Amino acid sequence: MKTKLLAAGLLTIATQVMAETPVLTVLTYDSFTPEWGPGPAIEKGFEATCGCDVQYVTAGDGAAVLARLKLEGDKTDADVVIGLDTNLTASAEGLFAPVTAPANTLPVPFSDANFVPFDWGYFAFVYDNTKLKTPPKNFKELAASDLKIVIEDPRSSTPGLGLLMWVKAAYGDQAPQIWADLADNIVTVTPGWSEAYGMFLDGQADMVLSYTTSPAYHLIAETDATKSAALFDEGHYMQVEVAGKTAHTNQPALADAFLAYLTGDEAQTTLITTNWMYPATTPKAGLPKGFETLIQPTKSLLFPAAEAESLRGKAIEEWQTALSK
Amino acid sequence: MADRAVQISPAFWLSLTIVALIGGSAAMVALRADSFALAPHDWAALRFTVLQASLSAGLSGLLAIPTARALFRRRFPGRDGFVRLMAAPFVLPVVVAVLGLLAVFGRNGPLNLGLAALHLPEVSIFGLQGVVIAHVFFNLPLATRMLLHGWQAIPAERFRLAQSLGMPPSAQFRHLELPLLRAQLPGILMMIFLICLTSFAIALTLGGGPKASTLELAIYQALRFDFDLGRAALLATLQFALCAAVTLMAARFTVAQGFGAGVASHQVMDGPSGWRRGVDAVMLAAVAVFLMTPLLGVVVKGVPGLQDLPAGIWYALLRSVAVALLSAVIATAAAVSLAQAVAKGQKWTETVAMLPMAASSLVLGTGLFLALHPFLRVETVALPVTVVVNATLTLPYLFRLLLPELRQIQQDYGRLTASLGLPPTAALRYVVLPRLARPLGYGTGLAAALSMGDLGVIALFAGDSGATLPLLVQRLMGAYRMEQAAAAALILVGASYALFWVFDRIGSHYADA
Repeated sequence: MKTKLLAAGLLTIATQVMAETPVLTVLTYDSFTPEWGPGPAIEKGFEATCGCDVQYVTAGDGAAVLARLKLEGDKTDADVVIGLDTNLTASAEGLFAPVTAPANTLPVPFSDANFVPFDWGYFAFVYDNTKLKTPPKNFKELAASDLKIVIEDPRSSTPGLGLLMWVKAAYGDQAPQIWADLADNIVTVTPGWSEAYGMFLDGQADMVLSYTTSPAYHLIAETDATKSAALFDEGHYMQVEVAGKTAHTNQPALADAFLAYLTGDEAQTTLITTNWMYPATTPKAGLPKGFETLIQPTKSLLFPAAEAESLRGKAIEEWQTALSK
Repeated sequence: MADRAVQISPAFWLSLTIVALIGGSAAMVALRADSFALAPHDWAALRFTVLQASLSAGLSGLLAIPTARALFRRRFPGRDGFVRLMAAPFVLPVVVAVLGLLAVFGRNGPLNLGLAALHLPEVSIFGLQGVVIAHVFFNLPLATRMLLHGWQAIPAERFRLAQSLGMPPSAQFRHLELPLLRAQLPGILMMIFLICLTSFAIALTLGGGPKASTLELAIYQALRFDFDLGRAALLATLQFALCAAVTLMAARFTVAQGFGAGVASHQVMDGPSGWRRGVDAVMLAAVAVFLMTPLLGVVVKGVPGLQDLPAGIWYALLRSVAVALLSAVIATAAAVSLAQAVAKGQKWTETVAMLPMAASSLVLGTGLFLALHPFLRVETVALPVTVVVNATLTLPYLFRLLLPELRQIQQDYGRLTASLGLPPTAALRYVVLPRLARPLGYGTGLAAALSMGDLGVIALFAGDSGATLPLLVQRLMGAYRMEQAAAAALILVGASYALFWVFDRIGSHYADA
């Protein structure tokens, strides 16, 4: 009897504590939450006004976040999910609730009933401008050159998948030929972005698949102007990173408020120099100094989510066949 | 009879736990699947996996024989340090090791610069050769050390007898050392094959492209991008089947030595002089250069970032050390129990003890996630889960190290202890452990170091706090912070190696006492 009373008492206390500060669980990728990532500042900024406790839960990269959400199914604790991209969102059908997205400054019209974009970037090949004076201007020039590139595997990384979509968007049915021509330029294919970028910085390759914003990191954080991104005249494929409210959230109002904060001026400013991507909405103060040196693609490529999803399987198959020869 | 029952049951329960954990996690994944089908490229992945694992195991074993032999019969300044330092590659995190290898064999490495100076064509490390080189880099030290333990366990009287009979080195090899190889080599080859079986990042990074796809990559793809749980479960089953087949095959080829017990423990042997001394010296020098230069690369890259480490690193280090120590202790206790059961004749236990080697850590983690998630917030149990998983995954290494020695002990002292009626705990204390000290210290050290480096599972469970050191390295690399990542990796390697060194030192202290 005593233990029952005690249990009941504890439960009451626990419920009261919970009632006082609601918890907002945010599922995101690994690189969002470290002390150098955007997570801590955004948590602090939102908690200052929401009267709630933001708790991050992390899983590898964007694909891992989605896989985790699917594993959890309707029992998920997550109220908000940050970090899927448009190559992944189509397969997240049914897991998210509709949201109202504020206006954004993306270079292409973007709207999705279930997701708000929070940052974006162009994929690009990054090189060392002290070693490479005339970078290739498109995939064909790259394939014809002796330049060595390191890329990410589309089967295990989101940038790898982005490159696959880039070639597909630029060349359609001729994509397999482009891959076959690129085969002798590819030093190796890594499981993720960090291995590829590390190998490039180590001098193992002339170019690496990364983002047009990568040189900004070196310039601003390391005052190193030796890295540039090559401008391709086919256009550059975009990665649009989105956030959403889960269908099973028990904090729908807080989740909406969080998404509004994430796309607001304060968080958007934070994201630029922590995620090293373009903000979904350019802050009032503009972009930090150094961003004006980045290349500006004239053509933005992006498949709608549903099309990206339906293309993925076949594109991976083509890629694998072309590179296995 | 009652005595027997007492000895069997812990091993039985342990086996059951392992099967439940490994098989159960795969089953959890399978239960959530909608359909079961392999993808067209999966068979190519299977072929490549078996090919690279066989080559890696074969080459590691082949090189380990002369290396271990040279280490056994030669004495030179720094020999003990050399033997101990040889374990270092094995405890390197994969990404770090790959960058270390690239520093030597890559485009700007000394190898290719040397070739260029001689106007010879550049040698690429990428491709099957790179995968095999990396696997040999990791596993040659392990194979050498295991063989060395075997050599050291041959009673010194045998060598003295052989020498007084005037046996030439070739005859000594045939009569003393060949039986040792027949007893040890199949197990060692099998173990390296299994280590390489689940290779993912090395095969992919150094393989040069999708030709070098392994089963583990296919599992990763199935679980992460395709969310095809049925395919992941099928692939995991394929890995288990391979593991079982290889374990059984190795058991068939293993022939126990049965020299009988000796009195003198190992002691300094005078190796044959003349050209053989030269061969040994060249062999050891080559191995030293091969293993140490990439390590040097890791140190050189890590030092500049040491002044600029993120604040969280010391907590991450503390967490990693705690996880490593706990899982090493659990794994050691379990491995002694299982290996003793096998030495006493329970053959099936051997397959069970090797089963974790074939387990994909991603499938294991996903299965555990599915099992635990309905009941609690998985972030809260990230560290306990990591301890259990690391203990399970390192168990086979320890088991493999202890088994030959325990077999020998059983053969040499089994009847004696039985006839004396020593209770099992006393037998363990007075007969087994003193003779097991060397591999036990080495194995526990190895288990601790491996647990420091492993992040296969924690990444699935971690919240925003509670990161371990390997996870921190990965996060730093993911945020352009390569210099800090290299420094954190250096600390990780240093700490792993320190843990290993302490246990190994304790082991050889008791063995020599």
